[in-house]
Amino acid sequence: MTNENQPQHNNKKIPIISSRMKKMTTTVLLVVVALYLASAYQTDATPDRIIEGFPNFVLFFIEDMWPPNWGYFDTAFFALLETWNIAFLATTLTAIFTLPIAFLAANNVNKNAALYHFVRLSLNVLRTIPDLVWAVLFVAIVGLGALSGMLALFFFSLGILIKFVSETIEAIDDGPMDAIRASGGNTLQVIMYGAIPQFMPQFISYTLYVLEINVRASIVLGFVGAGGIGYLLQQQLSVFRYDNISTVIVITFLGVTLIDWISTVLRKRLV
Amino acid sequence: MIKFDNVSLTYPNGYQGLKNINLEIPKGEFVVIVGLSGAGKSTLIRSINQMVRPTEGQLIIDDQDALSVGKKGLREMRRDIGMIFQNYNLVKRSSVLRNVLAGRLGYNNTLRTLVNLFPQDDLQLAMNCLDRVGITDKAYQRADTLSGGQQQRVSIARALAQKPGIILADEPVASLDPPTAHAVMKDLRDINKEDNITMVINLHAIDLSMEYADRIIGLREGEVVFDGKVDAVTEETFEDIYGRSIKEDDLLGEVETE
Repeated sequence: MTNENQPQHNNKKIPIISSRMKKMTTTVLLVVVALYLASAYQTDATPDRIIEGFPNFVLFFIEDMWPPNWGYFDTAFFALLETWNIAFLATTLTAIFTLPIAFLAANNVNKNAALYHFVRLSLNVLRTIPDLVWAVLFVAIVGLGALSGMLALFFFSLGILIKFVSETIEAIDDGPMDAIRASGGNTLQVIMYGAIPQFMPQFISYTLYVLEINVRASIVLGFVGAGGIGYLLQQQLSVFRYDNISTVIVITFLGVTLIDWISTVLRKRLV
Repeated sequence: MIKFDNVSLTYPNGYQGLKNINLEIPKGEFVVIVGLSGAGKSTLIRSINQMVRPTEGQLIIDDQDALSVGKKGLREMRRDIGMIFQNYNLVKRSSVLRNVLAGRLGYNNTLRTLVNLFPQDDLQLAMNCLDRVGITDKAYQRADTLSGGQQQRVSIARALAQKPGIILADEPVASLDPPTAHAVMKDLRDINKEDNITMVINLHAIDLSMEYADRIIGLREGEVVFDGKVDAVTEETFEDIYGRSIKEDDLLGEVETE
C-alpha cells in the first residue's frame, strides 16, 4: 500500500480537536472549578472538618444510637403505617383528579389554546410550591396531624402527576382517536376508547412512582407537624432519645425499601 | 348517494386542497380515486365524513345537506359512514373484539359505553363482522399481536359493525405486501357486492385500481381531471392524471394467481 493519494501535511502536527473547541472546553472547565471553590467557601465545607468530625460521628453512633430501643417498635410501626396511609390516600386522590385535568393539559386533546395555556400555567405555579410549604399551610388551616399531611401531598403531587400524564397523552397516536371520531363517537367516547387504552399502563406506572415519592415526602412533612413517622422522629429528636430514633430509622428503612421494591416490580410488569 | 356541488376546501394555512369539485357517486358504486401524493385524494375522501371540512360549495349525502347538520347530526351521519385507514388506526393494546365494538359507539348511550356495557346484539354483530373477514378466532387477542393484513381486516370489521351505507378507505393496502393487498381488496369488493355498500377508495397502484374499480376518478392539484368507468381507462389516462409517464413504482407489481 502506498500513501500517494493521501495529501501530506508536511511535518505539522494535526490536532484531533480544533483549537477553538480546546479554548472553549478549557474556559468551561475553569468556570466550573471556580464555582466549586466558591460554594465550598460559602458553605465552609472543607475536608479537614469532615475528617476531624468523623470520630465524633462514630462515638455518637456507638454511645447514643446503639442499641436501638426495640420496646419502641410498636409505636414506630404505627407511625410508619400512618405515613403510608397519608401517602396512599393522597396518591389515590391525586390519580383521580389527574385523569380529567391531564386531558386539559394535553394539546392534542384540548384544542382550546387559551384554556390549555391557563391549565399549563396553573400547573407550573402548583409545582413551584414546595411540599414543605404546602404542609405548613395546611397545618395552619386544618391543624396538626395526618390530614394536613395528606392535603399537602395531594397538592404537591397533583402538579407532578398531571405533568407526566399529560406529556404521555401528547405522545399517543392520534389515529385511533380519528377512527372513533370518524365512526360517529362523541368526545367522551373518543377519549375512553381511543385515548385511555393507549396510555393506561403508563398512567398506572406513574401513579406508583408518585406513591413512592409521597411516602418519602410524607416522612419529611412530619417535621412540621403533618403527622406520620416524621412527626415521631421530630418529637424524639427534641428530647434526645436516640435509642428510639434508631428504631424509627430502622423501621423507616425497611418500610420504604419494601414499598419501593413492590412498586418497582409492579411497574416493570406494566410497561 | 354522495353529491359534491362546487366543493372547495382551503386549509387554515391557505393551502387549497380541493378546487371546485363536482361529483355524483350513486349508491353501491365501487369508486377508486387516483392521483399523485399531494393531489388531494385524502382531502376528498376525508371531506365526505368531514374529518376535514369543505370551506365552499355544497355536499349532499343521502339527500341531506351534509355541511349544515350540526354537531349531533354530523355524528349521526358519520355513524353511517365506515372508514378504513392506511395505518389501520386500531387501539393496539385493546382486544380485537373491543376494537370492532368501537364501530357501535355512535349507536349506544355514552354512559353505558363508558362502563363497557354493550347490548348482546352488538357483540353478536361484532362477531359476525369478524367472521366475514375470517378472523373470529382472534377476537380476544390484543390487536397488536396480529399481522398487518389481519389488523386491516379488524378495521374492516369495525367499519362493518357500523352497518354503514358508505365505506371510505384511505390507501387501505399501501402498507401491505402484494398478495395481502389483493386479499384485502377482494374483501372490500365482496362487501361492496353483497351489502351494496358504496366504496370510495384511494389507491396509488394503477393495476390494483383497474382490477377492482367500477369507476375511476383522477385528481391533480385538487381538481378532478378524469372521471369515468373503468372500461374507458387506459395507460394514457393515468399518464394524463399523473402528468408524467408511468413508472414501475405506480404498479403493485405481482401478478395475481388464481
